[in-house]
Amino acid sequence: MTRRKFFRYAFLAAMLLFIYLPILILAVYSFTSSTQIGAIRGFSMHNYVTLFTTPELRNMILGTLALAIGSSILATILGTAGAIGAYYSPPGISNLMQTLNQVPVVNADVVTGFSLCILMVVALHVSKDTFIPLVAGHVTLSAPFVFLSVMPKIKQMDSSIYEAALDLGARPSAALFKIVIPQIVPGIFAGFMLAVTLSLDDYFIATYTKPATFDTISTYVVNATKGAQTTIKTALWALSTVIFAIVVLAVVFMNLSAARQEKGGQRVD
Amino acid sequence: MEKTGNIIELKDVSLVYEDGCKAVDSFNLEVRRGEFVTLLGPSGCGKTTTLRMIAGFSKPTEGDILLNGRSIVDLPPYERPVNTVFQRYALFPHMNIYENIAFGLKQKKTPRDVIDRKVRHVLDLVDLEGFEQRRVNTLSGGQQQRIAIARALVNEPEILLLDEPLGALDLKMRKEMQIELKDMHDKLGITFIYVTHDQEEALTMSDKIVVMNEGRIQQTGTPEDIYNEPINAFVADFIGDSNIFNGIMTGKLKARFCGGEFDCVDDYKEGTHITAVVRPEDVELTEPAKGTIRGTVDSVIFKGVHYEITVLSGRNEIVSQTVRSAQPGDYVGIHVDPDNIHIMMAEDNTNYFFVDINRDYQLEYNGHVLETNLTKIIPASHRTEDGTVLDAGGEAVDPRRVRIRAAIKPGDMEMTDDQEAGLIQGTISNLIYKGDHYSYIIHTELEQDFIVDDEYLWNMDDRVSLLMPEEKMVFSVRKK
Repeated sequence: MTRRKFFRYAFLAAMLLFIYLPILILAVYSFTSSTQIGAIRGFSMHNYVTLFTTPELRNMILGTLALAIGSSILATILGTAGAIGAYYSPPGISNLMQTLNQVPVVNADVVTGFSLCILMVVALHVSKDTFIPLVAGHVTLSAPFVFLSVMPKIKQMDSSIYEAALDLGARPSAALFKIVIPQIVPGIFAGFMLAVTLSLDDYFIATYTKPATFDTISTYVVNATKGAQTTIKTALWALSTVIFAIVVLAVVFMNLSAARQEKGGQRVD
Repeated sequence: MEKTGNIIELKDVSLVYEDGCKAVDSFNLEVRRGEFVTLLGPSGCGKTTTLRMIAGFSKPTEGDILLNGRSIVDLPPYERPVNTVFQRYALFPHMNIYENIAFGLKQKKTPRDVIDRKVRHVLDLVDLEGFEQRRVNTLSGGQQQRIAIARALVNEPEILLLDEPLGALDLKMRKEMQIELKDMHDKLGITFIYVTHDQEEALTMSDKIVVMNEGRIQQTGTPEDIYNEPINAFVADFIGDSNIFNGIMTGKLKARFCGGEFDCVDDYKEGTHITAVVRPEDVELTEPAKGTIRGTVDSVIFKGVHYEITVLSGRNEIVSQTVRSAQPGDYVGIHVDPDNIHIMMAEDNTNYFFVDINRDYQLEYNGHVLETNLTKIIPASHRTEDGTVLDAGGEAVDPRRVRIRAAIKPGDMEMTDDQEAGLIQGTISNLIYKGDHYSYIIHTELEQDFIVDDEYLWNMDDRVSLLMPEEKMVFSVRKK
């Protein structure tokens, strides 16, 4: 019995170690003055100083965040509008829309990025420097996921509340914004968060559509790790650690607030 | 506009869906100001669709809807002075009770203090004072229903539309709400248009009932009219329990049905094919000698205030509701007061008869086993390996509780001299020439009358056998 228990926990520990060890190694090295993984020379914050003081790095990070938030807002608006439109369309059109929405979700990013590049830059002659192809690419990437996260919330909603709002004298726009949207806010928010994550993660679409002078974290990291500039390279360890820390904090915060909400809900009942 | 006194008129309103399915067909209705009108019918009869056309959610493909004499078919729902109480309440879950009720007034930019006063007034009306700050999900079904009514009434609509509003409540709650709704209607003087499939609800509350079936109005009238003078077999069957028989007029104020000749008060020409309706509470059980017809008691069920007694006379079943009990097997007479026999001209002369379920769960009529599989008639039923037929709930079908009624049109049957060929034998007791064919009445050995159309002339009192092709029969399940 105890032996089985031991193996159970050992397996669990091994799995968690496998998941977290790589990032932990990076985190440890980010606080040293080492230039390569292998030998620890001593504690140093210089990677963090480089990260936050090099204008090139700072601009790259802020640019990535701006792109993520901007494209996600657009994707959220389009995805939500699409889901609401599909739900209230006749069954045939609704099913067609939902099926067509699945294709970009499953499709490889490299295909999406490459074909967008062909369409916008080669066929329509839109300059990459306008950022339009890049933003369009990220919106194309995220909007179908927003659609997918909003749709179940609309289906859960009592479909007659929209009609009830019209019946009580609300114009269709008021019924949509005051009654339907508040019902699906959790789905919209989840879709927005998903869009931000997708945009931050993206490499392929950005490489095909970004202006030559602009880099997202992904494209920058890929280029930097190939180069010989060691100060920048080690500063990226610090960047990885910071991103990881933010993610951990966000997850902990979200779980805590969800737990509190659940408790609060119980008290009301 | 006050001249006619009609608040709303539906003129030849039809709604045909794109696939050609007719939801509502030539619907004509006039509703007077302050009336309580109920649209009554089985599910899928078009009653909710009619309500949705009045509310503005569906547009009629033909016809016109007039509100105070003006057409409203092109008016969107938010510009119509009508409000709806939805079947599943449709309260806004993210708003509290106050905000829910105030929603309609806020759309009209009503001043805040007026909203406060009106909300308090309607909450008082539905007996939920002090509920302003409660969340929707903390309310019971009955309370939510009251809020839905309050939310509609606070807008002071000219017409209140109610779409099966009590369907989701339990029986006791439903009865209470029926009375409260009726009280509210009397107090407020607002016109109510109420949709339900519950005939008792309709009879209890309405000033006027519109019975609908398959998109068409069957009958419009007061509850008493509809109950006492149903215009056709559908209405008679749908409103209350009824014994319905096919028959024929045999003389002045005399009708033969159910194997006997009854005096009646409806005057039809001799030889007319009729449908006779007798309410179970009007069937009197007497000494055998005093009855118009005689039969044996088949079953007795205690129903609280009365007994429901089924008597078999030949092949006919007569259901009687009486306060005096009887024993199964008793030989009794049956008497019906002439006033209580309602005679209608037969519409399409469809022959209805009951078939038996035998021990092998096959259908049987007059000793002949029918090919039709019982599982095709009883919804969601299936046959086990030993041949037992189980219903949707997994229980074996009980032939004492489930009856199968067959319907066959006169044109689908044939007469033959070969006595063994048909399902049942009888003698021709009446014939009428109808232009291009003869209509015969065959009185069978089982005391039933069948109507058969045939282009050839047969003689009165000929003994014939009836060929009834099974594929022409329509079976339906009748629960006892």
